[in-house]
Amino acid sequence: MTIDKGDSAIEFRLDPDSGVPTYLQLVQQVEHALRLGYLQPGDQLPKVRDVVTSLTINPNTVLKAYRELEHKGLAAGRPGQGTFIQATLEQVTLPELAGLRRTLLGWLTSAEQAGLDEDGIVALFTSGLRDFFKNRPASGDAGAADHGTANHGTAAHGTEGVA
Amino acid sequence: MNVIETSELGKRYGKSWALRDCTLTVPAGHLAALVGPNGAGKSTLMNMTAGLTAATAGIATVLGGHPAGSPAALNGVAFVAQDAPVYRNLSAGDMLHLTRNLNQRFDTPFARARLADLGIPLNKKAGKLSGGQQSQLALTLALARRPRLLILDEPLAALDPLARQDFLAAVMTAMADDGVSVLLSSHQVAELERVADFLIVLSRARLQMAGEVDDLLAGHRLLTGPTAEADEYADRLTVVQTRRGDAQTHLLVRTSETAGPVPPGWESHQVSLEEVVMAYLRSPGVGEPAPLTRVQRPQPTEATR
Repeated sequence: MTIDKGDSAIEFRLDPDSGVPTYLQLVQQVEHALRLGYLQPGDQLPKVRDVVTSLTINPNTVLKAYRELEHKGLAAGRPGQGTFIQATLEQVTLPELAGLRRTLLGWLTSAEQAGLDEDGIVALFTSGLRDFFKNRPASGDAGAADHGTANHGTAAHGTEGVA
Repeated sequence: MNVIETSELGKRYGKSWALRDCTLTVPAGHLAALVGPNGAGKSTLMNMTAGLTAATAGIATVLGGHPAGSPAALNGVAFVAQDAPVYRNLSAGDMLHLTRNLNQRFDTPFARARLADLGIPLNKKAGKLSGGQQSQLALTLALARRPRLLILDEPLAALDPLARQDFLAAVMTAMADDGVSVLLSSHQVAELERVADFLIVLSRARLQMAGEVDDLLAGHRLLTGPTAEADEYADRLTVVQTRRGDAQTHLLVRTSETAGPVPPGWESHQVSLEEVVMAYLRSPGVGEPAPLTRVQRPQPTEATR
């Protein structure tokens, strides 16, 4: 069976080992594409049927991802046509990113000087990240909360040996 | 609407029960995976749902309350038995002709178009088609009946990985196109992770658990911590499976609000569908109380150690 490519701006892919739920992988890929400018308001997301056929996933999973994007205000369904991007994501400006990266590199240097190897740094960072999001007051944004949990699960799993 | 509802459904062959006390509700719109080891009762449950086998006890209804096997039920349910049943000496075209004449409703243009898409020649004998093509032919004949519920008994068992993927993609494309609900049995749990959004686990003729996959994954965690504290901690939790080393212990538990936060020194991980299913199959006594649908059973069993 050949897969019809074409009218949508992006193609989804799945990482079977990420531990991130499938619907969330789709949501994250749309957000990523928005941040990088591959998707613009007005662009159509791949049709549910096409995603189902090309990735061999349950249509309800795709619908769930698209509902989540609608819930976040990033996309909107048009009856009989499909789901379309309707907003952009706030982008962190380049100078801001550069500044954050500098701070992080500084922290990594001190971590290494303190005697942590790469796995140790990952473990420490992961547990810090987990605590940070856990202790943050709930923002009412279920998607963001899910997102956090999923990533922690994965990262924590990867560093099991260290911890 | 519920596509499948059973109440205390049971089937006895001679002295042994192939399925017992099965009370199950499957809402419409899902691909429900029926998993369990060989002899767990999967085919028995499917055959009774399809109306091919009479129940010894209890009742089964489909498609919003029609008794399984009644005319209304038969008209809306398509069943593909194990090993892609096709008449080996009939051509694909003859199979199509036969099926059309045996059914009230049959979408011939759809079936022809689908076989053409798949590159299955109508004049070729079904027995000469590849395994993947035979299963696609059987699926096409089932879908052309425009069922509301499609029951597939071990459709993947005989297929190579590529043919499996094509078959599953075809099933789910039909779900996206027509909203057909699917019940599919398999003993390969891992490959159903992205495919099934509803799970039914059978073991030793009993229903172990049934519910939506997302709820199931959210409802279980793997806790890892020191063995010395494991017993005390486990007493406060519903433990499905324990794996214990001298120093470190893994507890696969059902999450609940009452359990409280994970104590210091313990880590909580997400679980995969396969881990959860395997845990239930290895500890069949714990199939109680099923987290999502209510499986009525007298008494929760002590956590398996």
